[in-house]
Amino acid sequence: MTALFELLLRMGDNTLILGHRLSEWCGHAPVLEEDIALANISLDLIGQTQLWLGLAGEVEGKGRTADNLAYLRDAAEFRNALLVERPNGDFGATLMRQFLFDAWHCEQLKALVESSKARVAEIAAKALKEATYHLERSSDLVVRLGDGTDESRRRMQAALDELWSYTGELFLDGPTDDALDEAGVAPPPSSLRPAWDAIVQPVLAEATLKAPESRFAHKGGRRGVHTEHLGYILAQMQFLQRAYPNSIW
Amino acid sequence: MSSEWPLWEVFIRGQHGLNHRHVGSLHAPDAELAIKHARDVYTRRNEGVSIWVVKSNDIAASSPSEKGPLFEPANSKVYRHPTFYDIPDDVGHM
Amino acid sequence: MYAQMVKTDNDRVPGLDELSPQERAFQQRIDRGEKIEPKEWMPEGYRKTLIRQIGQHAHSEIVGQLPEGNWITRAPTLERKAILIAKVQDEAGHGLYLYSAAETLGVSRDELLALLHSGKMKYSSIFNYPTLNWADIGAVGWLVDGAAIMNQVPLQRCSYGPYARAMVRICKEESFHQRQGYDIMMKMAFGTSAQKAMAQDALNRFWYPSLMMFGPSDKDSVHSAQSLRWKIKINSNDELRQKFVDQTAPQAKYLGLTIPDDKLAWNEEKGGHDFSEPDWSEFYDVLAGDGPCNKERLGARVKAWEDGAWFRDGLMAHARKAQEKRVAAE
Repeated sequence: MTALFELLLRMGDNTLILGHRLSEWCGHAPVLEEDIALANISLDLIGQTQLWLGLAGEVEGKGRTADNLAYLRDAAEFRNALLVERPNGDFGATLMRQFLFDAWHCEQLKALVESSKARVAEIAAKALKEATYHLERSSDLVVRLGDGTDESRRRMQAALDELWSYTGELFLDGPTDDALDEAGVAPPPSSLRPAWDAIVQPVLAEATLKAPESRFAHKGGRRGVHTEHLGYILAQMQFLQRAYPNSIW
Repeated sequence: MSSEWPLWEVFIRGQHGLNHRHVGSLHAPDAELAIKHARDVYTRRNEGVSIWVVKSNDIAASSPSEKGPLFEPANSKVYRHPTFYDIPDDVGHM
Repeated sequence: MYAQMVKTDNDRVPGLDELSPQERAFQQRIDRGEKIEPKEWMPEGYRKTLIRQIGQHAHSEIVGQLPEGNWITRAPTLERKAILIAKVQDEAGHGLYLYSAAETLGVSRDELLALLHSGKMKYSSIFNYPTLNWADIGAVGWLVDGAAIMNQVPLQRCSYGPYARAMVRICKEESFHQRQGYDIMMKMAFGTSAQKAMAQDALNRFWYPSLMMFGPSDKDSVHSAQSLRWKIKINSNDELRQKFVDQTAPQAKYLGLTIPDDKLAWNEEKGGHDFSEPDWSEFYDVLAGDGPCNKERLGARVKAWEDGAWFRDGLMAHARKAQEKRVAAE
């Protein structure tokens, strides 16, 4: 796989899986206004998926569409970060996952707006507008729930404790990243860490939450070594296309 | 103390509008979240330019004034709009 | 409809001369086509009936998210996924507009939700049926939204201002709903033989429950007369049901699908189709709580509410703390 193809899969698979996870809340959110708001985030992410995976298919040059990539690859071919596969948990865990992702996503997209590949820069510019809104929303809710009731703080802290070890993966460099960096296509993941910390730490402090000390990072998403969750996500998502191939929906 | 979220009335001035129009109400714990939710609930099909929210209790009304609901179709989420679907004529009105 | 069998307190509609002067003036406003607005005087019966009707309609929208929500994670393409999420999101929005309209009558959304969760207020019977294959999502949009539109379009002219205006907003969004459902039906009916079989199966299971959405036959509808007089109901159940059948039959024909009614036939003399009544005993079973999904639907709503209590309370607590800080700083 070319480095560019890898990058596009990573971006599109992140938004696909995260958008899918958020859509699980439709009809089950704590309050109507949130049900509607979360659906908007999910819709934005699915729209971004179509752009990233669509470009990926073009770049690959084998005639695969965004739908082919989303619905006909098995887990080992997915390149999303492990963080987005994490189960929704309670609404607090969902929001914490969203916040930690949004902070990275905004920095990544800001860098990609400067990409030497025009198509990448274009998609990133559009996605950045949406991601900026997502981050504003998720950081606000993390603060409100962290500094809400004892119960809400307890749940947000538990979510942070659980998810922290999945954030490190977002900043790991590898050979693909070196190639992308040299070609001016995408920044090295590690270069985004300081900016991410600068966003995340103040929000957690205002939320009266404490990030775990550990810097341990679960990883494997970039090599297609995922958690057990991805298999179940794909089993649901892909069922119809797999059971009824060659159909128009 | 009740944990019920207060009710807010929402007023929106669209991109080409001259004034804010009442579009409905929603529940939120405070004004800031009311505005955020108003953006999600009442401008899903377009970017409203300006959103005002007022606690329903704070509105003093004499005779009710009737304002129509704001609805401005957006371009991006095209599938929301009835004209996106190709429904054959002989199927009848839909 | 979405509000089926809404009780009014009267068994018969009193004549104008039997009303008090205040009630008479009110009725005359309605007869003149004037809109009643929240701060204006209204008979207690009008207010209560509207709360029941609008409340039931609102509950139907949010419970209505669930049968379609059931297939969001299995939607077969990215586009279908997005369309379905948007539709289910619209239903939440419609619920919100309707709860807002009901709240102008002196009841809170939380009170209405408590009545729903305790089983004291109902929602439309149709949402107690399961969605078993992807074509069901098409059938729900085509038939269920189709039936809803039939009822909602005339309600845009109902006598209560906030309800009428909510209907205007809802109707604008509803057309997309029915069309996307029919679009799915077309893809399925004109697709592979497996897809066509799914489409026919969906129609078989949703046809009669859709007819039931319009409520019992007029002759068995005790409460319609007063609602019609107050213009919070515009058409009779049978009128709407007939219209629905007449509109839908050619649509099914176009798809090459068979409506599961061997008595369905055009009657030239009456200018409409003859058709079989649904099994009303099934309707009453479903209303009584014995439909295929009653427990699951209500259970899901209760769970969402209870599981979300800490979230709502947390946000309220933060808002109060912030307010206290602001006041202290002044």
